[in-house]
Amino acid sequence: MDWSHSLRLIAPEETLSIAGLILLLVAAWGGDKASRLISILAVAALVAAMALVAPALCGGAMGPDTSAFFGQYRADAFASYAKILIYLSAAASLVIAPAFFERLGAMRAEYPVLVVFAALGMGIMVSAGDLLTLYIGLEMNSLAAYVLAAFLRTDGRSAEAGLKYFVLGALASGILLFGMSLTYGFTGTTSFDGISAALSGELSAGALFGIVFMLAGLAFKISAVPFHMWTPDVYEGAPTPVTTFFATAPKVAAMGLTMRVLLDAFGEQVQAWQQIIVFVALASIVVGALGAIGQKNIKRLMAYSSINNVGFMLVGLAAANPQGAAAMLFYLAIYVAMTLGGFVAILMLKDAEGNAVEDIATLAGLSRTRPALALGIAIVMFSLAGIPPLFGFWGKFLVFQAAVDAGMMPLAAIGFAASVIGAFYYLKVVKVMYFDEPADVVTGESDVWHKAILAVSCVFISPLGYLLTKWLGGLSGTAATALFFAS
Amino acid sequence: MSGFPILSLMLAVPLAAALACLFLEAKAARTLALAATLVDFALGVVLWLNFDVGGAQWQFTERLEIFSGFSWALGIDGIALLLIMLSVFLMPICIGASWNSIEKRVGEYMAAFLLVETLMIGVFAAQDIFLFYMFFEAGLIPMYLIIGIWGGADRIYASYKFFLYTLLGSVLMLVAMLWMVHTAGTTDVPTLMAYDFDPQVQTWLWLAFFASFAVKMPMWPVHTWLPAAHVQAPTAGSVILAGVLLKMGGYGFIRFSLPMFPEASAYFAPLVWGLSMAAVVITSLIALVQSDMKKLIAYSSVAHMAIVTIGLFAFNVQGLEGSMLVMLSHGLVSGALFLCVGVIYDRLHTREISRYGGLAINMPRYALFFLLFTMASIGLPGTSGFVGEFLSLGGIYQVSTWAALICTTGIILGAAYMLYLYRRVAFGDQKNADAAAMADLDARELLMVVPLGLAVLWMGVYPESFIAPMRADIAALDARLARAKPAGDSAPTNGKAKPAHHEEAAHGGSH
Repeated sequence: MDWSHSLRLIAPEETLSIAGLILLLVAAWGGDKASRLISILAVAALVAAMALVAPALCGGAMGPDTSAFFGQYRADAFASYAKILIYLSAAASLVIAPAFFERLGAMRAEYPVLVVFAALGMGIMVSAGDLLTLYIGLEMNSLAAYVLAAFLRTDGRSAEAGLKYFVLGALASGILLFGMSLTYGFTGTTSFDGISAALSGELSAGALFGIVFMLAGLAFKISAVPFHMWTPDVYEGAPTPVTTFFATAPKVAAMGLTMRVLLDAFGEQVQAWQQIIVFVALASIVVGALGAIGQKNIKRLMAYSSINNVGFMLVGLAAANPQGAAAMLFYLAIYVAMTLGGFVAILMLKDAEGNAVEDIATLAGLSRTRPALALGIAIVMFSLAGIPPLFGFWGKFLVFQAAVDAGMMPLAAIGFAASVIGAFYYLKVVKVMYFDEPADVVTGESDVWHKAILAVSCVFISPLGYLLTKWLGGLSGTAATALFFAS
Repeated sequence: MSGFPILSLMLAVPLAAALACLFLEAKAARTLALAATLVDFALGVVLWLNFDVGGAQWQFTERLEIFSGFSWALGIDGIALLLIMLSVFLMPICIGASWNSIEKRVGEYMAAFLLVETLMIGVFAAQDIFLFYMFFEAGLIPMYLIIGIWGGADRIYASYKFFLYTLLGSVLMLVAMLWMVHTAGTTDVPTLMAYDFDPQVQTWLWLAFFASFAVKMPMWPVHTWLPAAHVQAPTAGSVILAGVLLKMGGYGFIRFSLPMFPEASAYFAPLVWGLSMAAVVITSLIALVQSDMKKLIAYSSVAHMAIVTIGLFAFNVQGLEGSMLVMLSHGLVSGALFLCVGVIYDRLHTREISRYGGLAINMPRYALFFLLFTMASIGLPGTSGFVGEFLSLGGIYQVSTWAALICTTGIILGAAYMLYLYRRVAFGDQKNADAAAMADLDARELLMVVPLGLAVLWMGVYPESFIAPMRADIAALDARLARAKPAGDSAPTNGKAKPAHHEEAAHGGSH
């Protein structure tokens, strides 16, 4: 394991770090005037990083060759899959931001830099092969995210979101660290391979506590019930482009990290965490669905929707096999597309002066005043509800198929039945847009980038997406195999 | 038979037209929708003419492996053929029914209808269990929009009820499908139909499928979404809902529940009988007291569907053929009845029975066709209703005389509420001046009801045309069910040949 090999494996991280540092300097000298240039360069850096990780995914990289720095870091197909989704979401959040911030006079040069650093941290999270790498990646992402949440300094809600995110995120990190210290204490190592080997026999009570605390910390990060309370407030308060970012990239990263920790480090002790995951999954599905019903703000609704979706993804994790992991990864790709489409559509909801509109009631009759936008939102909503033939159905289908194949019929039956509750509030949005009389509030012009991203996401989650099932299914299968190969 | 992908073409034509309709003006959208449905009907006729009766069980098969996890597999047998024919036959009539009555958002309306047509054909033609599920479920979206946008006063409540009710039933079915595919290792419907699942597990699978099909059917007591949806849907929506969408439940039983789980079907047959008997009597009584015409016909649909389920679970050829014919006949007749209601609703904008009266005087042609369809709904010999109901009840009589007795009571009640409806609407005094001033059927309306009337009479006089394509499939299904067939309580025996021949002659001589 020589250094040059390790340094080659972390090429995407190197690219992003150097790009981030250079952009920081550009920001320092160029000021806010240069923010557009910095955004473009940041997107370029993310695309370059994507190009660097793609070969590992397409080539199905796995095994010892992908391990860098003595097992602390893994550049396997699994990490590549997650990173592509992360970089893609981060780039999309950069593309949609200027139209929003510039109108408020709040487009600052730091925004793209922070996003790049957050993406870097998330890349490290999903590549972690050691508890310390995990924590460094997590904190790197979180610190950037806290600032992003409070990015609109003049807006009280944004500051509140940043503060809440920081306090609760710090608490979660503390819990996670406590769990990590317990795990280290009872296994004597911080490397995932070492933990996996040390836990192969009987599970001691202390190690079990370690697992439980780590799970609690991770559940915070993926906003799974019962650690979901921060999500609606932060999603509502943060500026919409930032919310878009929060709902996509960190979700992928935290979910990837959870998969790594549970299936790799704790892969020998499935019995210890499986029932926790089953509970968390069902609770997230139900609470996410019920919580969304009474919401009047569409961003809060999307927050509950993301809690709900996390629950569905965890169903795949509960299966604890490569099939379940592949299903989760596939679901993540669809989830990213649906969420991007949803939040971009929210960004496009503007009144005549261009102010953002977030109240669901103001969407009334949108199908007559803005038919294309309404159709886009309707596609996203039906897809989130998992109604075939939209692509959102396929994600749910795969995770439940994994659960059924793993013999978890009750989980699948209850989870599916609970998805009907979720359908109710997605239908409500469609009802307001299509059945109600026009309210004529949403009249503002949309940014061309917003239109483009909404169109692309809608095509992806339309029935045409099924044509990709073979290709994406192959990629997610490779990624899942790589995850299990390591353990 | 394979070669030209006619089924895919039948799916593509309305789908392409639906997308085009979204961008068209009202007039152009109407014309395009009519053209597309007529093309599909023509394709359907070609399909029927080329269907080889007595040939292979599955014809016009297509298979494309373009997805992972399931495949684009289409193909039809006689049962599917007839239901596809019903769909493509009713669609141009539905478009015609909405020609003038739909004024707002015509393009979207036509698009939704064409989408429904695509999905219905897809349901009947799908040979992959997951493909079937997708078509089956996807129909919810356009129907939700049709009821919610163009419906009546309580449309929003009705649309929610329709959507959530049917969705809840279906997701349980999907879990069962996932298990079946996992166990049998294939998604191919014909293979699954021949696969013997463990009888213990069949019970659960059957219940999961039942949850979905019973709601779609709809069976009592989960029928409550139907009157709400029907009353609020526009006329064409009701026609397609009653005409074809309800048949998906029956098709599901005949394609999935019965052949895939014969033991469980036999085990649960008494449950189905019980629910059907209750449905026939209860919904007929409810129909008797309705003051809203559409509601009345909606409840009569539930009663007719109960005759279908009773025939399906009779486990013999008569019952199965009968229930298929009831489905086809009900598709035509209830569609026609909703159309008749729509005709006078367009003129007076009310469905209250008491607002009409004596229509036979000022609308003689209308009264004639309304009478024909009323009689067909009652099951008068010579109309389509008679053949199916007679066979269904004949089938169930061999198995359960009680069920036959009670269901036949329902037929009598059916005659009561339909005749009562007809008397109040068409006969009697012309109590209301505005109703008395209504014009008779115009050319457009005649073009819609005449084909329906002819089809009803054709099926009543010469049902062989409709029984022939499905005979082999029904026989195959009957053979598949034979091992689980419940013992009948009537055991009809051949009459004894009387030895006392001379006695009879003497008896005759005494007169």
